[in-house]
Amino acid sequence: MVFFQKHLYGDYGDKESPTGGGTEKHSANEWPLWEIFIRSKQGLDHKHVGSLHAVDAQMAIENARDVYTRRQEGVSIWVVESKHIHASNPDEAESFYEPANDKVYRHPTFYDLPDEIKHM
Amino acid sequence: MKGKYVKGATQGCLFRKFVDNHCYMSVQESEKIFQEKIDNEIRIEPKDWMPEKYRQTLIRQISQHAHSEIVGMLPEGNWISRAPSLKRKQILIAKVQDEAGHGLYVYSAAETLVISRDEMIEQLHSGKAKYSSIFNYPTLTWADMGAIGWLVDGAAIMNQVPLCRASYGPYSRAMIRVCKEESFHQRQGFESLLVLSKGSEEQKAMVQDAINRWWWPSIMMFGPHDTESQHSEQSMKWKIKRFSNDELRQRFVDMCAEQVKLLGMTLPDTDLKWNEETKHYDFGKINWEEFWNVVSGNGPCNKQRLDARRKAWEEGAWVREAAKAYAEKTAIKNKQEMAA
Repeated sequence: MVFFQKHLYGDYGDKESPTGGGTEKHSANEWPLWEIFIRSKQGLDHKHVGSLHAVDAQMAIENARDVYTRRQEGVSIWVVESKHIHASNPDEAESFYEPANDKVYRHPTFYDLPDEIKHM
Repeated sequence: MKGKYVKGATQGCLFRKFVDNHCYMSVQESEKIFQEKIDNEIRIEPKDWMPEKYRQTLIRQISQHAHSEIVGMLPEGNWISRAPSLKRKQILIAKVQDEAGHGLYVYSAAETLVISRDEMIEQLHSGKAKYSSIFNYPTLTWADMGAIGWLVDGAAIMNQVPLCRASYGPYSRAMIRVCKEESFHQRQGFESLLVLSKGSEEQKAMVQDAINRWWWPSIMMFGPHDTESQHSEQSMKWKIKRFSNDELRQRFVDMCAEQVKLLGMTLPDTDLKWNEETKHYDFGKINWEEFWNVVSGNGPCNKQRLDARRKAWEEGAWVREAAKAYAEKTAIKNKQEMAA
């Protein structure tokens, strides 16, 4: 078996294990984190594109324009402070989504109609 | 724990349902589910359970990638004020802006692994975190801009395209965005060299000189030979890495050996030769002494690069603090106005 070291963007000889600087966080002076959602065309939905730091909503929107729409990707930008985003728990996915598993009759393909029927 | 195959509700594809309530599982069971996701090309997301070593390896790899993008702005930023035409100046500014954007996408991805931006910046400035050693070389002529676009961005693309399928969701999505933007970087570089290669004798000589200086550092970007190293089988197993150093390097050499012909130039390697048996280009020995020297901090520009970054950070502190104070003041004012 061939073992090889994949060197990570300049880290070629660092033998110490990466610790990430311990548990102390330096976030006291940092600007708040915002999640960015961009809609690229009328009628399509906003998609999450990433995050950035900004002091307030106005700066977040302007920074989002600079970082995420350099190629005319955006007609609409939403910014939400990350702390206000609540997400479902992936650990509970199995039970959380379980009710939909056995309800195939919610889907049009469940229904067999004669070929003569058009537009349905 | 069992997995059961259930005919999924959408488009009739098969989904494997994982029992994944991690509080009731042993570490081995959690690791097994984690590895199964990876083996099935299911992305790992920030809130998913992951081995601590996976998290730490990713933090290091992703943050060092982000540092590389930001430091990478410096050698090219050097020529913005001296670009030969307005068009070239605009293009170079756009490219450097993109590198800033790439750094930001990748820092954002790193932050999802629970490390702060300030902490990562401090690791860079203290020398604890590294960045790609290619940026420790100086940019001596205008043709360097073309050579960097063609060779350095070319090597980066070769490395980054497979990472679009990295196992960690935020990183792979950041890579997809980066790769879309990166291809203009390489094209503008090659095009710039192409124009110069059809110019005066001095311009042609400038192109050849830039290629001569950037070729070997570019192929060193792929890292030491596979045989040189300790293990990173783990990174491959975790799909943080998808191809070996030598594999990517060979692809890159094969590609550039053809492209250089269109410039009417040569690569500075007398051993470069097409091998009819292997269907690849054989190439010469890499000077690993130079490589390790640059990596360990003795390259031509290591000190300059970090000094520039520290200076920018320190001198920008008042802006960060002022913006924060202003936002706080405005928030208070708005509250008062609403109460009144």
